[in-house]
Amino acid sequence: MSAASGSHRAGRRTLADRDGFLAWVFLLPSVVYIVALVAVPFGLAIALAFSDVTVGDPSYDWVGWQNFERNLGDPVFWRALGNTFLFTGVSMLLIVVFGKVLANILVADFRGKWLVRFLVLLPWTTPVALSTIAWLWLLDSIYSPIDWTLRRLGLIDANLNWLGEPTLEMVSVIAVHVWRLTPLAAVIVMAGLVAIPRDLDEAARVDGAGFWRRMFEITVPLTLPVIAVAALFGAILTFTDMTVVYVLTRGGATHSSEVLASWAYVRGIGGGDVGQGASIALFLFPILLAAAIAILRSVRRMEVL
Amino acid sequence: MANPTGKAAAVEVRNLVKEYDGGRVRAVDGVSLRSEEGEYLVLLGPSGCGKTTLLRTIAGLEQPTGGEVLIGGNVVNGLPPRARKIAMVFQSYALYPHKTVEANIVFPLKAEGMKRARRAERARWAAELLGIGGLLDRKPRQLSGGERQRVALARALVRQPLVFLLDEPLSNLDAKLRATARDELKRFQQEVGTTTVYVTHDQTEAMGLGDRIAVLDKGRLRQVGRPMDVYDDPADTFVATFIGSPPMNLVPRDGRLVGFRPEHLLPAEVVPAADRVGVRLAVDRLEYLSGDRHVYGTASGIGEPTRVIARLPATVLTPIEAGRTYGFAVRGEKLRFFDAASGERAEPERIESPS
Amino acid sequence: MAGADLPGKAGGEGGPGASRTAGAAANADGGGGGGDGAGRVATVEARGRVAPDGRSARRYAVRHVFARIGVYALAVVAALFCATPFLWSVITAFKLNRDLVDTENNPFVYNLPPTADHVLYLFTDTSFTRFVLNTLWVGALVVAITLALALPAAYSLARLDRPWAGWMGVTIFFVYLVPPSLLFLSLSRLVVELGLQDSTWSLVLVYPTITVPVSVWLLMGFLKAIPRDIEEQAMVDGYSRVGAFLRAVAPLAFPGIVAVVVFAFTLTASEFIYALAFVSPTAQKVISTGVPTELVRGDVFFWQSLQAATVIVAVPIAFVFNLFLDRFIAGFTMGAVKS
Repeated sequence: MSAASGSHRAGRRTLADRDGFLAWVFLLPSVVYIVALVAVPFGLAIALAFSDVTVGDPSYDWVGWQNFERNLGDPVFWRALGNTFLFTGVSMLLIVVFGKVLANILVADFRGKWLVRFLVLLPWTTPVALSTIAWLWLLDSIYSPIDWTLRRLGLIDANLNWLGEPTLEMVSVIAVHVWRLTPLAAVIVMAGLVAIPRDLDEAARVDGAGFWRRMFEITVPLTLPVIAVAALFGAILTFTDMTVVYVLTRGGATHSSEVLASWAYVRGIGGGDVGQGASIALFLFPILLAAAIAILRSVRRMEVL
Repeated sequence: MANPTGKAAAVEVRNLVKEYDGGRVRAVDGVSLRSEEGEYLVLLGPSGCGKTTLLRTIAGLEQPTGGEVLIGGNVVNGLPPRARKIAMVFQSYALYPHKTVEANIVFPLKAEGMKRARRAERARWAAELLGIGGLLDRKPRQLSGGERQRVALARALVRQPLVFLLDEPLSNLDAKLRATARDELKRFQQEVGTTTVYVTHDQTEAMGLGDRIAVLDKGRLRQVGRPMDVYDDPADTFVATFIGSPPMNLVPRDGRLVGFRPEHLLPAEVVPAADRVGVRLAVDRLEYLSGDRHVYGTASGIGEPTRVIARLPATVLTPIEAGRTYGFAVRGEKLRFFDAASGERAEPERIESPS
Repeated sequence: MAGADLPGKAGGEGGPGASRTAGAAANADGGGGGGDGAGRVATVEARGRVAPDGRSARRYAVRHVFARIGVYALAVVAALFCATPFLWSVITAFKLNRDLVDTENNPFVYNLPPTADHVLYLFTDTSFTRFVLNTLWVGALVVAITLALALPAAYSLARLDRPWAGWMGVTIFFVYLVPPSLLFLSLSRLVVELGLQDSTWSLVLVYPTITVPVSVWLLMGFLKAIPRDIEEQAMVDGYSRVGAFLRAVAPLAFPGIVAVVVFAFTLTASEFIYALAFVSPTAQKVISTGVPTELVRGDVFFWQSLQAATVIVAVPIAFVFNLFLDRFIAGFTMGAVKS
């Protein structure tokens, strides 16, 4: 009797046994797809930024840095760039703080937890265009229930123009971003919280550490990598998002709440100047790259955890 | 029923080498070993000694860096696990948690493309043999540890393999269950008569189960032999101290080590005078374990003064107290000699009693 | 036993939740600074290390009550913070126009009798049902493509032990961070070249760029949580690597796969930029672009219908997502753990 005689029907080593071969075959479709629909378009986006392609005239002509020069001379572009950073910075900070608090609430034990989690998830799982429209009405210049409440409380005399006055516009846009992304940050931080070995927390309790001490000496240090990931997710999703601005203010009458993404859309699709739209969007890239590297580092640290 | 599977094949490895991390780690370092047909061969060693890697290489789960694996006289290098006609029981038993006991047992037969009716029949046969015929509809999580082991064995048995490979199958059981499970394993193998390679770090299991024991350390084979031989005639100091509890006493003497088992170090009066090698034992502690007395102390007179342990059986009644020195002795024929530098066995020498 | 517990368990609520309850509580009782010392006494007593005398036991009991109240108060505040716009949307959806557009009317109650007309209008007079169907259709196809691409890729990265698996996994994850706002211009050119503009097929083609990377990441986590023994056992039992994957690993990864399906669908349903850029005919639109464009005519907003649409879409997605939240959290963590 022999094991190697091949009498067994599956006696030979086939391709289905070769890990090295399978590893590539399994991975290849995803890689091909991503290269075709992310890497290539990304290259194309760079090429478009150096062209005069418009919707009306799709023929490709190289124009060098002309689009970029036009951007740099355009006050709206600078406004959008500044707004993008402002929105991102403030939103990220608030998203992380609220996300952390929310995560701590959501991992606690209480009755009706399921309902609370459901309600908390709503802002994130709802298609952003729809939830933003709900806000459009909440922030309406005449019928806003927020203004109505404030009026009744005697805090204001006349309605605030949430979406018409430059400063309030920014406040509104940031508020909606924070509201929408906080649940995502909370979910990510929860993932970090549940990964902390329970013994650690319990050991600290037995050792007599109170809530704040445990929070700052155990929970926060151990979840710092995920908190960083949540922060960067929040930042990137705010940084590249145009939906909230587009639906709420369309950039504002004087482009007072314009951001790079919405301005690129307005120029590239609305205005039909594809080349310039692409060159505006391209400004997102170096900053994204920096953020990506930051994420890589925190993910590395998380693996050490 | 000597051998219901009707076949048994020898397993052999020749100069087997397995490296990891591009050669930085040598898990198996040139091992040559052959089991007889139908033999129960135990691979014994501390954790990290390469025994599990060796087993996985035989199974085909790892590809050797060098050397050959033979099953039934044929080189099986390069064959996938499924083509080797082996069965393996993992430490965790690796029962498929989503399948019933019966589905677990027939799973290997499905792979062979066996007809449904025949599969069911074979599953029943294997289940009856292991006394789990009543559990066929259960899920693994509803079983006790011992029952899980039997299901794993039934699944291994059902395809009538040439070789059983068992990877520490008892280590997940509690101490009480382990003794009965060990007994069952031995009886089971004797019934089916299939060649078995069994990996463990537990010397008690190894001594109790193995026809022969192969002791491994740091990827190298230290000694192969019957349990008695490995225990009485260890090939080097590693085997001498790894096997036996408490381990063999080693006393330095003139560049060599004199070894003797704790149970051979006895009060002088119970050792036959003709072959007596005297030892002065300054006792500092006593333990009573299952009727035996374990005496801890410093031995002198046989070599350099060294901490040793003596194990006195219940039949030795000599009163012993801590803090006093007694005349002990070892039979000369029980002394084993090792080279102090290499740890290898050395030529015996005659030691004159000091008194 | 075999460590073959399903991956979902890791994220169970029982674990850290209980031990943190008191934590959130201490937060709530406002004694911020003093929380430390007092907390120590309470904790030790609670563990029965020190025989509590009557006074400190009573103090602990009071503390405990405050702690519970604090947890509930915080939970309610959190729920209101997130859900108030939706609750208000529900109220608004049933309002008469005359009720809605009177600045003196309390916006939180029905000043005039409620009506279901605007909600019904959504179904009878608009393409809302069409949008929902399109979204489901696109979502189903995208989820199928995502699984077909991501599951084998995740298995390859999690289990086949290639030296490049580490950085390849990270690279794929980064693709998730390349935003639609950077790609939509060139992708819309590509869509036009392929003749897919103004068709839901353009979305089916492009959406997996959003879902595949993050799904690979999550599935890697779930696959790593399945004991290696299981598939090696299957290989010893007579199956090839592929057979072991299909028959032993995939069934065990099923809960994780479901979580990924839900997650991918949520991402698809929320997407806005591509949908806006690629598709303009009403009949081909999905919810996220159809509702805003269809129910906003110039300056005229069909407020009640818009609010109704938002709630109708939001509730089922959040509901299903909540069902799988624990698994999703577990997958996110496990993806980060080295095998």
